[in-house]
Amino acid sequence: MPDRPHRTGTTTSDLVVVGAGIVGAACAYYATRAGLSVTVVDSGPITGGTTGAGEGNILLSDKEPGPELDLALLSNRQWRSLADLPLDDTTFGRTVELETKGGLVVATGQAELDGLARLAAEQRELGVEALAVPGDRLPEFEPHLTDDVAGGYQYPQDMQVQPMLAAAHLLRLARRAGATVLTHEPVTGFLCDGERVTGVRTDRRDIPAGAVLNAAGTWAGEVAALAGVRVPVAPRRGYILVTEPLPPIIRHKVYLADYVADVASDSAALQTSTVVEGTGAGTVLIGASRERVGFDRTTSLPALRQLAAGAVRLFPILRDVAVLRAYRGFRPYCPDHLPVIGPDPRAPGLHHACGHEGAGIGLSLGTARLVTQSLIGEPPEIDLRPFRPDRFGPEVSR
Amino acid sequence: MTEHLVDLAVIGAGPAGLAAALAAAEAGVRVAVVDAGVRPGGQFWRSPAPGAGPFRPATLHHGWHWFTSTDDRLTELAGTGRVLRLAGHHVWSVQAAGDQWAVHCVLGAEPRQHGTSAPVTVHARRLVLATGAYDRQLPFPGWDLPGVITAGGAQALLKGNLVVAGQRVIVAGTGPFLLPVADGLARHGARVAAVIEANSPLGFARFPGAVLGATGKLGEATGYAGRLLRHRVAVHHRHVVLGALGTDRLTGVLVGRLDRNGRVRAGTERQIDCDVLAVGWGFTPQLELPLQLGCATHLDVDKSLVVTVDDDQATSVAGVWAAGEATGVGGADLATVEGRIAGLAAAASLGADAVADGRPLRRRRSSLRGFASAMHQVYPIPDIVLERCSDETLVCRCEEVDAGSIRRAVVDLGATEARTVKLLARPGMGWCQGRVCGFATACLTARHTGRAVAEPDLRAFADRSIATPVPLGRLAAPLADEQPDGDGG
Amino acid sequence: MSRPREFEILFDGTPLSCRDGWTIGAALTAAGVRSWRTTRHGQRPRGLFCGIGICFDCLVTVNGQPSLRACLVPANPGDDVRTQKGPGR
Repeated sequence: MPDRPHRTGTTTSDLVVVGAGIVGAACAYYATRAGLSVTVVDSGPITGGTTGAGEGNILLSDKEPGPELDLALLSNRQWRSLADLPLDDTTFGRTVELETKGGLVVATGQAELDGLARLAAEQRELGVEALAVPGDRLPEFEPHLTDDVAGGYQYPQDMQVQPMLAAAHLLRLARRAGATVLTHEPVTGFLCDGERVTGVRTDRRDIPAGAVLNAAGTWAGEVAALAGVRVPVAPRRGYILVTEPLPPIIRHKVYLADYVADVASDSAALQTSTVVEGTGAGTVLIGASRERVGFDRTTSLPALRQLAAGAVRLFPILRDVAVLRAYRGFRPYCPDHLPVIGPDPRAPGLHHACGHEGAGIGLSLGTARLVTQSLIGEPPEIDLRPFRPDRFGPEVSR
Repeated sequence: MTEHLVDLAVIGAGPAGLAAALAAAEAGVRVAVVDAGVRPGGQFWRSPAPGAGPFRPATLHHGWHWFTSTDDRLTELAGTGRVLRLAGHHVWSVQAAGDQWAVHCVLGAEPRQHGTSAPVTVHARRLVLATGAYDRQLPFPGWDLPGVITAGGAQALLKGNLVVAGQRVIVAGTGPFLLPVADGLARHGARVAAVIEANSPLGFARFPGAVLGATGKLGEATGYAGRLLRHRVAVHHRHVVLGALGTDRLTGVLVGRLDRNGRVRAGTERQIDCDVLAVGWGFTPQLELPLQLGCATHLDVDKSLVVTVDDDQATSVAGVWAAGEATGVGGADLATVEGRIAGLAAAASLGADAVADGRPLRRRRSSLRGFASAMHQVYPIPDIVLERCSDETLVCRCEEVDAGSIRRAVVDLGATEARTVKLLARPGMGWCQGRVCGFATACLTARHTGRAVAEPDLRAFADRSIATPVPLGRLAAPLADEQPDGDGG
Repeated sequence: MSRPREFEILFDGTPLSCRDGWTIGAALTAAGVRSWRTTRHGQRPRGLFCGIGICFDCLVTVNGQPSLRACLVPANPGDDVRTQKGPGR
């Protein structure tokens, strides 16, 4: 957006990261720590896309056993270790408002509760902590929760972070380690040597690089297309309501059991499942809506209404609390709900770290670790095959 | 739930809205006038409740006769069912609904007081947005002390309650609006210790054409100046307030004189005692509704974000017109002319005949806009105020964010535009949603990134999908998003 | 016009004289009260600022209901107006 003089000259890097959101920031930070020289380039400001519209979920509770839970467990460990990193006069965790407050999933009926119990049992086998909380003990966890709930599960490992601060500080740490961050500079094409990707071209310059990482979030499909490969990332719109500042009346991230089903759903129509949590700033965040309407930026009152109704049902105390604002974001959604991570065999030199849907904040650090391991030739900690970029057929319907 | 169906909804009952509503109604169109105020008139013709005290309009108001005659005529038309007057209706959302607009309101003087009272939705085939403006503010040391209020706030207390804001008042900032504020306070018993004006009306000498074109505008200002002289109110031009003094409430201000380069001239700083400082730096148009609808905007001469309109006051969105301060700050006379043009154009689009010849109106608009443009250039915001913001100076009053946090978001964290600063440091994230600190945060961000303030910076603080706080219980209730079958109003 | 009706409201328990038609903010201002809220972080005193419902600085608790804009709420006889601390809840 700001006018700047046209720059000439060439920066050469081991890695160019396309995208300055949480995933690009995390990858840039991990890559610099592994000794790579890194340039981050974004068409807009830092944290200007979906990261800037996120709640900051770092969740295990909503993940069914499978590759995404494996990635979430890896990420959870990464967040916990990064939290203690000394930063300025405090720690990374405190600076980015990382809260280890845990999640509380509640069920309204016995059938739902049974479903939660089955999920919890499977998750526990993989190392997820999930504690059954009978209905009559829920007030000890959330005093203001409606009594119209059958019971729930507490997930102590669930966390919340202020995602914009997290991305900005990861980029800052990367810059301190020598990375360059270029903003408001759209990538217009790729530099190629035969089949091989050897850098990117922006509207201002050519940036040659040993490898290019596509971390462009919801816009990653367009970036991939510039390299001639297809990565079917599509926007899945979501709204969040923000209330007036309140005293800390909601202790956990609290959500209804149907959230898990909604996340995994393939429906394009509007779905909302109630997710309520307090923030360090005192506001309460209310989600989560999902709908596939492209990049439609007009406000959907039905979505806001359903979010409000769900929050009041779960926490009747919120009835007279004012909503100060609502904001929208576009989750980067892949047809199989899994992110795209790793080298692209169709375009050697091009790597991807995108398509994390609504879980990108939480999954960013694990993704960054896998990407970095792959870049420096170490075996990735988790099998990357479920995330491989060429797993989608040419005719996957959106 | 109450629903109304009309041809045209005019949002705002200030000068522009009243003019638009009357023009359209007289052309035969069925009009709803939707306004947050308890009584019509907007900020400009704000009036007290009957019990508030002896009200002498001539001591507070300009153009009062036009207002009362317009208001009376609208009341007459309301009697015939042509006009629907909806006072105390705070619009929180405007949405397209089929080939109509749905205007969603919460009700009351302070809607929050009434919790989840019944909502109202106005359905209209056309919209005129006449949403007005509020005082523009700049941060300075001590501006959060009780006793520091906006110039418009002092005026609203007086016009709406006949209460003077303090015993010993200083009026400061810039622009011709400071004079009627000081005049009104002096006439109603306050001791106005000084008017501290950053610029000088001598600057109008550079715009002789604009002044001649807008007959009466300068005379108006001269009238205030003469009366202030009689009240022994000193008007200090090219002076600025450098700080508000006091611990828990205002006890005085520090002022200084500006030199030719806009710096504080050494040795001119002095303290003036007062219990109230009424300060304003021009106005910020209220754009949340135009932005909800997707109307195109631009930066005006005074660096305000304003709605872009064509010769008919039509916005970039078909079926939506805008008039008054929302399209560029220019005062009540210009607003009434724009409102009339907008009302007539909206009526014509609905097939109304008897639409008056608009050429004289357009000429009048052109000369008044010329004057407004000159005014903005004569009364710019002096750079010195933001330059003097130290890291400790409070910028966002709601979230208590200081200027240092804004600087660090840019310099340390790499924010390049105001929206990113908002996300990283929280200015504009509180109760007022950046209405007060948005302009200053945008300017400070631009300064730290070494560029001029730009449209996206201001949009970041004006784009609000919920225009006024709504209780969750209210938002949760069903809304009439669809076109109703019949006329509920 | 008939003489304005006057009544009392309570501010932190102290009776203040108020004219019919005034807002709570006007009544407090007329009585010389300048602040009736403290901020959430710095516990700083705040009162009237914009006076027209824009800034939310004048939030006050009236008859037990927190976070109302004093500049907008009409005063009624016997209103129990209280200084609001922090979020007011």
